[in-house]
Amino acid sequence: MGTTTQTLEHNLDLAAIRRQFPILNQQVNDKPLVYFDNAATTQKPLVVIDALKNYYQKDNANIHRGIHTLAERATADFEKTRDTVKEFIGAVHREEIIFTKGTTEGINLVAQTWGRANLKEGDEILVSGMEHHSNMVPWQMIAQEKKAKVIIIPINDAGELLMDEYEKLLNSRTKLVAVVHASNALGSINPVKHIIQQAHRHGAVVLIDGAQSTSHLDIAVSDWNADFFVFSGHKVYGPTGVGVLYGKRELLESMPPYQGGGEMIGEVRYDGFTWNELPYKFEAGTPNIADVIALKAALDFISVLGKQNIRSYENTLLQYAYTKLESLEGIRFIGTAKEKVSILSFVFNDIHHQDLGIILDKEGIAIRTGHHCTQPLMGRLCITGTSRASFAVYNTIEEIDRLEAGLKKAIKLFR
Amino acid sequence: MNISIDDIQKEIIEDFSILDEWDDKYAYIIECGKKLKPLPQEYKNEEHLVRGCQSQVWLHAEHKDGLVYFYAESDAIIVKGLISLLIKVLSGHKAEDIVKSDLYFIDKIGMQSHLSMTRSNGLASMLKTMKVKALLFLEQEKAN
Repeated sequence: MGTTTQTLEHNLDLAAIRRQFPILNQQVNDKPLVYFDNAATTQKPLVVIDALKNYYQKDNANIHRGIHTLAERATADFEKTRDTVKEFIGAVHREEIIFTKGTTEGINLVAQTWGRANLKEGDEILVSGMEHHSNMVPWQMIAQEKKAKVIIIPINDAGELLMDEYEKLLNSRTKLVAVVHASNALGSINPVKHIIQQAHRHGAVVLIDGAQSTSHLDIAVSDWNADFFVFSGHKVYGPTGVGVLYGKRELLESMPPYQGGGEMIGEVRYDGFTWNELPYKFEAGTPNIADVIALKAALDFISVLGKQNIRSYENTLLQYAYTKLESLEGIRFIGTAKEKVSILSFVFNDIHHQDLGIILDKEGIAIRTGHHCTQPLMGRLCITGTSRASFAVYNTIEEIDRLEAGLKKAIKLFR
Repeated sequence: MNISIDDIQKEIIEDFSILDEWDDKYAYIIECGKKLKPLPQEYKNEEHLVRGCQSQVWLHAEHKDGLVYFYAESDAIIVKGLISLLIKVLSGHKAEDIVKSDLYFIDKIGMQSHLSMTRSNGLASMLKTMKVKALLFLEQEKAN
C-alpha cells in the first residue's frame, strides 16, 4: 500500500492525536482497526476518559444543593462545562445552555414544550428532506397532536436543499423550521444562517440540528440568530448520554418545563409548584454530572486542535477518498453537495451494502451500512441504503488506502 | 426420508472444515447464495417478508405429505447464502424434527455472528419463523 500513499500538508500532529485514542490501537479480525464510523459516534480521547475517571475517583457528589466540599467541587466543574459550551457554540448567555441526554432529547424537548405551547391547528412546520428520523418524528408527533402540518423542504439529486422552494414554502402559517446543519447520510452542509434569516422574515422560529456539524464546523448560534441549536456529546469526542440544547433566553423563558422533579422547581407545596429559573427549569432530576464534566474536556480537545485545522484536514481526507474510490467499477456516490463535511456515502448497484459491511469488518474496517435513520431521504433518492465512511481528525490517508483495498477485495468476492 | 437434519449439518461442517481462510468461507457462502433458486415473485410480498433492519428476507413454507418445505430469498447475498444452508438443512423434513432441531452447524462453521442481534439482518428472525411455521404445521397434524 506504501506506493499509493501520499503525504499531505496539514498543521496537525497526527501521531500525538492518535496517541490520545488508545482504542484505535487494536486488531479487529486480526487486522489493525480502521474506524470510519465517526458519524455514528466518535472515539474518546484520553483527556475525556481521564476526566470521567477523575470525577468518579475524586469529586463524585450530587450537585447544586450540597454544602460540603465535594458537592461544591462537582458543581463548579459541572457549571464550567456550561461556560465552555457557551463559548464553543457562540452563545451570549450561559443560562441558554441546557444539558440533555443528546440531540434527540433536545429536539423532543422543544417539540413537547415550545411546540405544545405554540402550535395550533393549521400551523406549518418545515423540515428538510434530508432529516434524521430524530428531527422528523418529534415534529410529526406534535403535529399530529395539534393538527398542524409537517411540510418537507425538497432537495436536489446531489443532496442540496432547494432554497428557492424553501422560500416559496414560507408563509404566515409557518411556525417552526427544523433543519439539519450537516446531513448524517450525505454530508451536505446547509446554509443555516440564510435559512434562519428567511424564516425570521415570516416570524417562524428555527431549530438547527448540529449533531453532525459540531465537531467539524464553526458554530455561531448568536451570529446566525438561531432560536434553537442541538448537539450530542458523543459525536464530538465526548461521552455518550450527554447533549446540549441551546435556546434563546426569551424563548426558553416563555416555554413550560419539560419534565417535573427535583432541581427544576422553585417552590413546591401540596397544592402546586413554581418552577426554577433558567437553565435549571429544564434540568429536572440529578443530571448526568460525570459526562457533562467530561464534555468540557472533549470541547477543549477540539479547540486546542483548532476547528479550521480539523476541517481542512478532514476535507483533505474526504477528497483523497473520492479520488481513490471513484475508480472502483460500478461505484456511485450518494450526496455530492458542493459543501460537505467528511462523510462519504456510496452504493454499488450489484452489491448490497450489508454484504459490503460484513466483508469490510472482516478486514478490520468499521463503516456504517443501511438507511442511516433517514428512510424518507433514501426513498427520495430511490435507494434502500448506502455504505458510509465518515472521517474524524484521527483518521489517516493510509486508512483510506485500506478502505480501497478492502472494497476491491469485497468486489472480487461478490462479482 | 433419506438423510437426517443431523447428518446434513455434519456434511456442511465437513465442507467448511477444508476452508481455512475467512474469505474462502465467505466465497463458499456467496456461491450458495448465487445458486439459491429464486423465490417465485408471488411470494415476494409483505405477507412473506421477514423484517430485518438492513436486508430483507422473504420466506414461504409448504406442508406436503407430512414433510415441510421452505423457499426463501434475500436482497443481500451473504444472507441469501446462509438461507440456502438453512434450507438445505431443514427443508424436506418432518415438522416435529424441525421443531426439535438444534442448529449447531452455524456455530461450527463460524457464522454465529450473523445470528446476533447487532447484525439486524433478518436471519435470526428467519430461523425463528422457520421453526414457528414448522410448529404450526405440527399442531395441524395433531389436530387432524
